Amino acid sequence: MAEPLVADHVLEYPGGYTRSVGPVIGRFLTSLRDGRIEGVRLADGRVLVPPTEYDPLTSNPVGDDWVAVGPRGVVQSWTWVERPRPGKHGLDRPFAFALIRPDGADTAMVHVVDAGSADVMSVGMRVMPRWRAARVGSITDIEAWVPLADGEEPQPAPANTAEVEGDTVNGIVVPIRLEYRRSAGVATTRYLLGLKEHKILGERAPSSQEVYAASRGTDPKTGEPTSIVVEVQDRGTITTFCVVNIPGLSPLAPEVPYVSAQILLDGANNTFFGLIRGVPVDDVRMGMRVQAVWADELVADHTSIKWWEPLDEPDASYDSYKGYL
Amino acid sequence: MRDVAVISFAASAVERDDLQNEVEMLTPVIHEAVGNSGIERTEIGFTCSGSLDYMQGGPFAFVLGLDAVGAWPPIRESHVEADAAWALYEAWVAIQIGEVDSALVYGFGKSSSSDIYEVMSMQYDPYYMLPLWPSMIDVAALQARDYMESSGRTERDFAEVASRSLGNAKSTPYAISARDASVEELLGAPMVNDPLRAHDIFKPCDGAAAVVLAAGDLARSVCARPAWIRGIDHRIEPHALGVRDLSISVSTKDAAQRAGAGKDKIDVAELHAQFSSEELILRDAIGVNGNTRVNPSGGALAANPIMAAGLIRIGEVAKRITAGEADRGLAHATSGPCMQQNLVCVLEGE
Repeated sequence: MAEPLVADHVLEYPGGYTRSVGPVIGRFLTSLRDGRIEGVRLADGRVLVPPTEYDPLTSNPVGDDWVAVGPRGVVQSWTWVERPRPGKHGLDRPFAFALIRPDGADTAMVHVVDAGSADVMSVGMRVMPRWRAARVGSITDIEAWVPLADGEEPQPAPANTAEVEGDTVNGIVVPIRLEYRRSAGVATTRYLLGLKEHKILGERAPSSQEVYAASRGTDPKTGEPTSIVVEVQDRGTITTFCVVNIPGLSPLAPEVPYVSAQILLDGANNTFFGLIRGVPVDDVRMGMRVQAVWADELVADHTSIKWWEPLDEPDASYDSYKGYL
Repeated sequence: MRDVAVISFAASAVERDDLQNEVEMLTPVIHEAVGNSGIERTEIGFTCSGSLDYMQGGPFAFVLGLDAVGAWPPIRESHVEADAAWALYEAWVAIQIGEVDSALVYGFGKSSSSDIYEVMSMQYDPYYMLPLWPSMIDVAALQARDYMESSGRTERDFAEVASRSLGNAKSTPYAISARDASVEELLGAPMVNDPLRAHDIFKPCDGAAAVVLAAGDLARSVCARPAWIRGIDHRIEPHALGVRDLSISVSTKDAAQRAGAGKDKIDVAELHAQFSSEELILRDAIGVNGNTRVNPSGGALAANPIMAAGLIRIGEVAKRITAGEADRGLAHATSGPCMQQNLVCVLEGE
């Protein structure tokens, strides 16, 4: 067995995760942009920071009784982060995550304390915000909280150097990027390595004669492992198709209009996805016989088959593929 | 209420499975659980799974898990984006409704495909928490210190939990962390996320678990000593960490009470504590006393295949009841940051 194939995969929102925030969160983020911290008073008198649209205990709307809190705060709990995560954490040196309750608030917020050393941290310690000069209406407008000495006056936020859009903050943009390294698995590795050898490999379980091209490791009807490898043909029958008129976002997307189809390969009992070329899109039809067009350089991924073109053969009968629609 | 029992359980975990994809990893576990149940695959009335698309990095990734089940002729099926203990709850409800008499429940996930501590940050609110990217360990450490402050417990108490769990894990075939380690030895290790050391934190792993449930006479006909579910309940708290008292688990306490945990002795308890500090908070909430064996499998510190580890707690308790080692047990599963949501299941032999 060859080494299983792995592929890098990134899950990312291009331009950042964009979301509207509504009037309550929007007001809080607007206050941060202005270099202030505001909470909202709940029906029972508690002051909620950071605020939500509803009382987290009763789910009643929070109303409109806004209260200035902080800028001094107290650390309720903390942990030390020895190795900041590049691209995720705002600081590039060790720091603390803490639950910080701003003075005048009855709840705490999770935020960052730039304390230099874990030895400085303690429950009950006094902290104050260190504001960014360029504030956009984000929880990260406070770059970090810093220790506040006895009798020390918190510094006011510097004048905002960011270009401010609108009177209130209406939305957030959060960069999100998650990185993966995915294993193809045993069966898919066999199939992908087959493409490199100009072969389309299928597999079947001992208990069945049904052959699955590009098996993921089991017979999906029974859940039995597909342990028997069977080569299938690189030609087959179009079972169904669609004409695509909407341009794809991917750089790999073909020019429109194009046809994508499901193809029942000769010798297989499942259909296989492919692009159809070499024929006007209006002439593509169910039952049409097609042949794979292989790339000049074969590799262990799907780019080894460029597309599929019609064979000079009569169409397959409907009965021959009606079970695969 | 109908009598519903766990009649079969299987689990697997490895530190990282570079060879197999999720379906290949899941298939032998499902075959073992169904094969040992005494019920034919095609006779099982309902199938329900728990998994997390963010672990695979793609939408609807869980659908492929069905390839391990065999969905032909078409089966009645559902899925929860949560630990499979919640899938078991849904299956239990389906059996209570009376439309089915049996169910297959499974959960699976590969933590090795990504940085799982970071991926779990996606469960935070996007406005206040996510932009700061505290990891799963960071928030557990905030909770641990909060608990130390209010309870007077210390890092030594955490190390005692870890020492016992790692020792117990030696008899658990799928454990990935199992060894004899004294409390003194553990306390000599450096902090990872003060106040947590490496032994206080679960190690990522890849794995799966499956359980078969059956009702009344069907359970009795295929299993010599079914583990009957006598109570099951789950409760959730607000998501914002700063509005909760992290040093106590009110949702666990409520769920345990509603599941009838305190009605009789508890011989064995399997608590889904992914951090040693969490076990102590859970013990306090449930009111576990010295007569209860806690996490004889080693718990989630021994193996924590995310999305399966809560279901494994139920399976481990059921296994001990079926084997006659216990008469009454409690299983707990958790979900969300700092144990936001908690499920308690009370099982008994006859």
